[in-house]
Order: sequence, then structure tokens, then C-alpha cells
Amino acid sequence: MDWISPRRLNRIGMLNMNRRNVDYIARYNDRSSYPLVDNKLKTKLAVGEYDVKTPKLLQVVRQQHEISHFREMAEDLSGFAIKPAKGSGGKGITVITGRDGDDFIKASGARIPVAMLERHLTNILAGLYSLAGTPDVAIVEDLVESSPALAKYSFQGVPDIRIIVFQGYPVMAMLRLATKASDGKANLHQGAVGVGLDLGTGRSLNAVQFNRPITLHPDTGLALENIQIESWENMLEMAARCYEATGLGYMGVDLVVDAHQGPLLLELNARPGLAIQMANGCGLMPRLKAIEGLKRPHFSPRERAQFAMKSFSRL
Amino acid sequence: MTVRSRIPFYVAVFLLITAGLSVATWRHFEMGIPWMTGEQQPVWMVEARVDFQGYGESAQVNLHVPQQPPGFRILTEQAASPGYGFSILENNGSRRAEWTKREVTGPQTLYFKTQFVPDESIVQQPPKRPPQPQTVFWEEPQATAVRELLNQATERSSSPESLTRELITLMQPDNRTQNSTMLVSDENYLQILVRMLNHAGIAARTADALKLEDARRRQHLVPFIQIYDGERWLTFDPRTAEQGVPENLLLWRQGSESLLDVVGGDNSQVSFSMLRQTIPALQLAAREAASNGLSALSFYQLPIEEQSMFRMLLLLPIGALMVAFMRMVIGVRTSGTFMPVLIAVAFVQTTLVPGLIAFLSVVAIGLLLRGYLSSLNLLLVSRISALIILVIFITAGLSIVGYQMGFNTGMTVTFFPTVIIAWTIERMSILWEEEGPREVAVQGAGSLFVAICAYLAMSRPLAGHLTFNFPELHLVILGLILLMGQYTGYKLSELRRFTPMKAYD
Repeated sequence: MDWISPRRLNRIGMLNMNRRNVDYIARYNDRSSYPLVDNKLKTKLAVGEYDVKTPKLLQVVRQQHEISHFREMAEDLSGFAIKPAKGSGGKGITVITGRDGDDFIKASGARIPVAMLERHLTNILAGLYSLAGTPDVAIVEDLVESSPALAKYSFQGVPDIRIIVFQGYPVMAMLRLATKASDGKANLHQGAVGVGLDLGTGRSLNAVQFNRPITLHPDTGLALENIQIESWENMLEMAARCYEATGLGYMGVDLVVDAHQGPLLLELNARPGLAIQMANGCGLMPRLKAIEGLKRPHFSPRERAQFAMKSFSRL
Repeated sequence: MTVRSRIPFYVAVFLLITAGLSVATWRHFEMGIPWMTGEQQPVWMVEARVDFQGYGESAQVNLHVPQQPPGFRILTEQAASPGYGFSILENNGSRRAEWTKREVTGPQTLYFKTQFVPDESIVQQPPKRPPQPQTVFWEEPQATAVRELLNQATERSSSPESLTRELITLMQPDNRTQNSTMLVSDENYLQILVRMLNHAGIAARTADALKLEDARRRQHLVPFIQIYDGERWLTFDPRTAEQGVPENLLLWRQGSESLLDVVGGDNSQVSFSMLRQTIPALQLAAREAASNGLSALSFYQLPIEEQSMFRMLLLLPIGALMVAFMRMVIGVRTSGTFMPVLIAVAFVQTTLVPGLIAFLSVVAIGLLLRGYLSSLNLLLVSRISALIILVIFITAGLSIVGYQMGFNTGMTVTFFPTVIIAWTIERMSILWEEEGPREVAVQGAGSLFVAICAYLAMSRPLAGHLTFNFPELHLVILGLILLMGQYTGYKLSELRRFTPMKAYD
């Protein structure tokens, strides 16, 4: 058994679960703002007003009878994603990447008839995938096509970028790459690879899987040291803008880079995990303290992003 | 963005904890509720036996019984006397037990049993009206002798107490002078002493006391003398002139009432036997509380059935404290926040090993069946409802099979809360699908570990005793839980989780 002493963790400035819950989430996140992030449709609409781009909304299915419109709408589409608005952890998301006659083809390559998709929509409406089984709404979104520069690192799935935003300032970021172990999902505790990103430049720092440092992606075998995220400043500014949109003081912003549209917001998280610190090899506390200690906060998201790039750069 | 000062919070927690502790301490001292289980308290069981010879008439027997003997508390009183009417009469500050019967012939025996608890805090109440010394007339030549003796004693003394002591010493057979020999014979010694003290202007009376010694029979009362010093009655041993009531001396009769009156009988006599018993201090406290009305807030007032329910209920906070500690400070992952507590409560009823076996088998079978349910794609509510019914089937099946095979422990399955088990199975099953069997094993083991810890804490006899008899201690638990809610330090598990950070230090 290997242990690290609490004093040492303090010196590194590691944020722990209890402190995150008491000192940050409970203090800076207003309960009334939670529905805004727990419901993907509401998130989409709220951040849309602040010029944060999200995958294009194709259809919202709220009632059972609206399912009949789905067939017309999907008539001439080749790729889209069906998501439950209140789903969590990627549950109930069906990604369609192509068509074969009347059937659709899922990301995994399986063929699926349109009747199955309609049944899937019914299940979503009834709340099969939502937290606590409450009735839900299904949203149909444009398919995100990951930019090839990043997609090659990930085993299936779309690589996404998690940015912790504290009081409107981006404070830490990481790239999450799906692996075979994580079953194509980008959840770190399921075995996805987390790559810490330098806030100043958008370059990769170090990488972890299952909390252990690694240098190569376990499935694609690519070196993870020299990844460079494109239009980095733009992404930080987008993340910073989500603060105005939701009012959440401490949140995780999940972005993807689309091959055609550039950075898009996937979802927001009011309780972002702590593993990002291990991917970055540094603690959050000093940065959070620095933001809390600011005498004059910056007003515009651009200024905040630039401040973060300047203050929290490590390269 | 609510940044409030935490000082009021800490003050409130401090108040909660001190309130809980001080009420408990107060009740411990005031009502004698013991801190520990199985604490014993000595109790003297004294049995007065009245014998007399009836001669065919109606009889009335009247025995003086103690009212407030200094140094003792009366716990119970009961009379055993077949065929007699019995009551306790109180008048004028004296208590008398009275037996009555229409026709009494031959030797009769009556019993009066009292339990006394030694209690040093009981002191004699001063009389409402200060007694006055009686006026005494002496005839010559006694008058001269008395005057001489009193003069002698007064010269050697400075206060009523010392006068009494000196007088007693002077009257002892070894230092008797002419004067005292003339006055005193064995029978009338006490009366003479009382009269002489009254003559000297000191209110005096006789008292009867019982020397408490374990397992003595046929004991008789020993006479003592009491004088009034202006505030209270002081007791003297008329043989040794010692002042005060020794520890094991029970003043059965004080004041000048007669000890025993028998109408309609003769040859009457009283004798005493006594026994030193020990009874659980808790039982003692409960009995006393019931008699003095302090018990209004105690659970002992409730019907037994409700009492046993509360016994269980009051254990829950201990389990909650354990869960809070395990989750927030140690960092054990459990499935469902308080599922471990409820499982622990079931363990308290089933005992650990049979409970564990029963629980694991129900959950295992449930998980197998749930596997089929999940392929049906049911909605949550109907899935859970189906699961509840399945759990009932499993429970019934295990009980019957266990019973047929001769294991009574099979029956203990019924103690597990069905709905909780159904939810546990549901959660475990979802966890299995989403995160894989490893996470199920981690959370399942964590839940069981916490449940066993909570069980171990809750099944201690001391825990049950303290929570039930000192419900105010729950304020302390509440305070501790509130404090833990403010704990922002590292969990023990995080010290392990973050170990790779050593590389970046």
C-alpha cells in the first residue's frame, strides 16, 4: 500500500472531495441553476443566447405523438445523435452515422430499422434513462465530426475537452480520450485517458489512465506528449462565457472540436470530478485561491480567458 | 455565493454538545441513572415480624413504620398478612401500618417488608415547630441527685451536645456515683435520661434504631436518644455517648410514639430480619423515577411494545454517525447512502453471521432474477415493483427451505426490509451494467463493511443503554454529524487515490 501524506497533498494544493463540496460547489453553485445543467436542452438554449455554439438542434421530441414527425425529419439525414435531455453518463445516447436504404447505421456499425429508433424515443420520453425515472424529452442533434487531428488519438468515441471554470475564469483543462477499457466513453473512472492541457498554450502536459501516469495511448499507441489543441484561446473564451449563461460559480465545461464548425459545447457539469488534477500533475487549490483573491474581477469573458492564459500557464 | 461566518455555526454545535452532555450528567446525578450497564446498587431488605397471641376477639395491630430515616430512601413497602385488612395511616408526621381482622385466635404472625436504598443525601428534615422541653417534677431525694448530676455535667460542658455526652458518661455503670446509682436501674435508664435532659432545658426524646447487618434474623431495635439543638434532632448512643447516626444504622422510630400497639391480643413482640440485596442501578432509577414524577420525559412511561420500538429507533443515530464518518472521513464507497444503516439494524435482530448469510443469498438470487428483468426494458417504477415482489418470494422461499432443512436461521431473512433490499438489488444491477462487476464488488463490500461496523457499534449493550436512557446524548451525535459536515480535509481513501501526485511534488 502506498500513501501520500496530507501535508504533502496540501503543499501540492490538491483539491479534495469534501472541500470541493463544501467550499466550492455548495458556496458558489446556486441550487436553482442545477436544472440548467442537468437538462441538455435547457443548457443548449441558455448558452445559445451567449454565443456559445452547440451541435445543431434538429428536433425536440416532447410528446409521444411528435414521434411521427421524426420519420419525416430524418428522411434526408445521414448522421445525427439522439439524446435524452436528462440522461447522465452517456446513457441512452444513440449515434447514427449513416444509412442503408431505409435502415440506419449506428456508430458501432449495427443496422437499425426506423421502428427501433421510434421505440427508443418512446423509452426516452417515459424516462428510462433519466435520473430517478422522471419523464424526459428527447433531442435529436447534428452529428459531431471530430477534427481528425484529435480523433486519431481516441479509440472510437469523440475526444472531448473538460475545462473547469471558476467564477468565470478557466482554471484547469484536460483532454479526455476514450479507450477500449472505457468502452468508447470519455469518463475517466471508466478507464478513459485524461491528458492535462496547459492553459497558456493548449499543449498537452502529462497523461493518466486509472490514476496512473502513462505516456502512450493504450489502444492507439500514439504518444500523448505533443498534442496541440487548435483555437485554444477561443475555446477558453467559450468556456468562460458559460459562466454568464448559467451563473454557476464552479463547473465543468465539456467541449468538442468539430471538423467543420470548430469548438462546440457538449454539456456542462455542476459537480466536476477531481481527476483533472492528476492529469495535470498539479493541484487546483492555488488557482482557485488566486481567483478568490482577485480584488477586481474582469468583466468580459475574453479578458478572463486571457487572464487565465497568462496566470496559469506552465510551459 | 453565500459566504457566511462560521462562528455562529460552531457556537451552535458547541451548545448542542454541551447541552446533551450536561443534561445527561444532570440526569445521572439527579435520577441515579447509571452510565454503565449492569451497575449494581445495594439495597437493604428489612422485614418486620409482629407476633402476638389472639384471644378470639377482633384485633387491631398498629406498627410504627419509618417515614424518612436519615441516610436511607424507602424504595418499596409491602405487607404480608393473610386474612388481615391492611393500610398505612399517616397522621401528624408519623406513619403507622395497621392490620385489622374481625376474629383472631391463637398465635399470629404479620410481616411488613421494606426496601431501603442507602442515600447519604437524605438528611433529617427540621421539625415544623421547634419542640419545647417538657417540665419535669422530681421528688426528693431524686431531686437532689438529679441536681447534683446535672451540675456536674454542666460544669464539664459548654453546649447542649456536650452536656448530653457528659451526662451519658456520668450515668454509665463504671463511673456511677452514689447519686446516679440511686436514680438509675436497668429498666428506667433511658426514661431517666430523657427526663433529666428535659429538666436541664433540652428537648429530648427516645428513638429506636436497627443495626443493618447482612442476613440477620430475630434482631431487635436498639434504643437511642435524641436531643433538639434548635435546628434539628441530634442522635446519641446512650451506652457510649457517641453522637450521630452510623452508616448502617436505620432509625426505625423517632419521636415518642409507641412502636407497636396491639388491641385484641397479647404477648406481642416485634423482631426484624434483614438482607442486603443488590439490584441493577437502572431498575432502581426507573422505579424511583416512576414514584417521583421525574419520569414524565422518560421512555419507561411508554407501553413495552413502543419501548422496544424506540430502543431500535434510538440506535439509528449511531449508525448514521458511523455512515457519516465512514463516507466523509474514511471515504468508503457504499451503494445507497443509508442502506448500510438499515442492513445493520436488521443484523441487530438477526445477529451477524446468520444475517450476513441471509442477506447475501437474497441479494445474489435477486441479482440473477434482475438480470432477466433488465432484458425486458421495463420502466423504473414497474421494475422496482416487480423486484419487491420477487424479493418477497425469495425471502419466503429461503425461510421455508431453511426451516425444512432444520435451520431456524433461515427465518431471520424476514427481518430485512424488503423495499431496501429491492432497491439495493436494483442499484447493484445498474452498477453492474454501467460500471462492471468490479465496481459492484467495491461498493458492495464497502456497504457491508460499513453495515458491519455500524452493527458492531449498535449491538454493544452500552450503546443501547446510553441511547435509550440518555436520549439527550443524541444532541451530541447531532453536533458531531454537523461538525463532520464541515470537514473539508482529505479522506483517508484520497491519500491513496492521490498517491501518484508524489511525482509532481
